[in-house]
Amino acid sequence: MAEVVGAYFTSHVPSIGGAIHRGAQDDPYWKPFFDGFPRVHEWLAEMKPDVAVTFSNDHGLNFFLDKMPTFAVGAAEEYHNADEGWGLPVYTSMKGHPALSWHVIEQLVADEFDPVTCQEMLVDHALSIPFELAWPGADQWPVRVVPIGINTVQHPLPSARRCLALGRSVHRALQSWQGAERIVIIGTGGLSHQLDGERAGFMNREYDTFCMDKLAAEPDALTRDSIHEIVRQAGTQGVEVLNWIAARGALGPSAREIHRNYHIPISNTAGATMLLEPA
Amino acid sequence: MTIAAMIGKPGKPIPGTTLFDGEAARKGYALNAMCYSFNEAANRQAFLADEEGYCARYRLTPGQRRAVAERDVLGMIAAGGNIYYLAKLAGIFGLNVQDVGAMQTGMSVAAFKQMLLDQA
Ligand SMILES: [Fe+2]
Repeated sequence: MAEVVGAYFTSHVPSIGGAIHRGAQDDPYWKPFFDGFPRVHEWLAEMKPDVAVTFSNDHGLNFFLDKMPTFAVGAAEEYHNADEGWGLPVYTSMKGHPALSWHVIEQLVADEFDPVTCQEMLVDHALSIPFELAWPGADQWPVRVVPIGINTVQHPLPSARRCLALGRSVHRALQSWQGAERIVIIGTGGLSHQLDGERAGFMNREYDTFCMDKLAAEPDALTRDSIHEIVRQAGTQGVEVLNWIAARGALGPSAREIHRNYHIPISNTAGATMLLEPA
Repeated sequence: MTIAAMIGKPGKPIPGTTLFDGEAARKGYALNAMCYSFNEAANRQAFLADEEGYCARYRLTPGQRRAVAERDVLGMIAAGGNIYYLAKLAGIFGLNVQDVGAMQTGMSVAAFKQMLLDQA
């Protein structure tokens, strides 16, 4: 039987990639964020996952507004990164797990979620940076990936309740999967930040703390707010917390927090990293 | 501004914030499509070589064209631009999200960065 070993959550700000590239992890500006990762490395070394089921949002690399899926599941043999417009070095490709992807898709559709299925899908910094942070310096990733995309770009967005339910459906799929994989769930993005408008630069420690406090034991508390109110509290891009909520659903019914790091600011964002284990 | 003022009141509009919804997505389609094309280095070069021609090729509206010409980020958002796509345009000019934040809040870049640090 496959085992869900736990869940890893982190911010995915593009400039983290720049800091890694420059080797700036110990600079005073970056150290408080990167200090959250030795524990992640230790935990991953202990858990030895070989599959990652990930929840993230595309930022205009794979999806454009011509076709914008609310939920998308990758079912490719391989996922490549590409130039996101800034000419930065391209991140290491990821191997897929199409059989598990299709098993997840079957469960989602049986549960009346109707995702777009993608046999070709580029992955952007939202996935590559959490991988770089988790397995620094790896020349190939130790996990195969089932990437699940959530629209956090163009409103209307799926509700937090819907995202949690989506994650729970993914958990049911993992429970019935007959393989022997060790699966880590990954949720990326956030926490609070806003890049656009007169409120650019907005962050909200109080709301982020609420989200982190509730994530393990009381995830339904994160679904009490409408998207509009989540944007109010978390910022226009802080709504990426939807990825965390879906990932929490995929972890399973009960969970305990084993690690947390939170630091303001990294770039315009409240940087956060957490580890949860099934309880 | 205090954090409470930035958050505003439940059910009311969010201060200083435009949601990128269907209306914005319709209005902004040409501008966002142009910015999406900047994922390709050759297109970034083509824009730099002939900004006017490149904008015309994507049929920017006069308001979008004006906002791009004036590097007016709030104007681009008012014209339906989405920040994830606009960030690719900003990258062409070597601007990062702090520069763009400063442009939108009317602060200097140094003051904007300090405002971020002050939230620690
Ligand atoms: Fe993001």
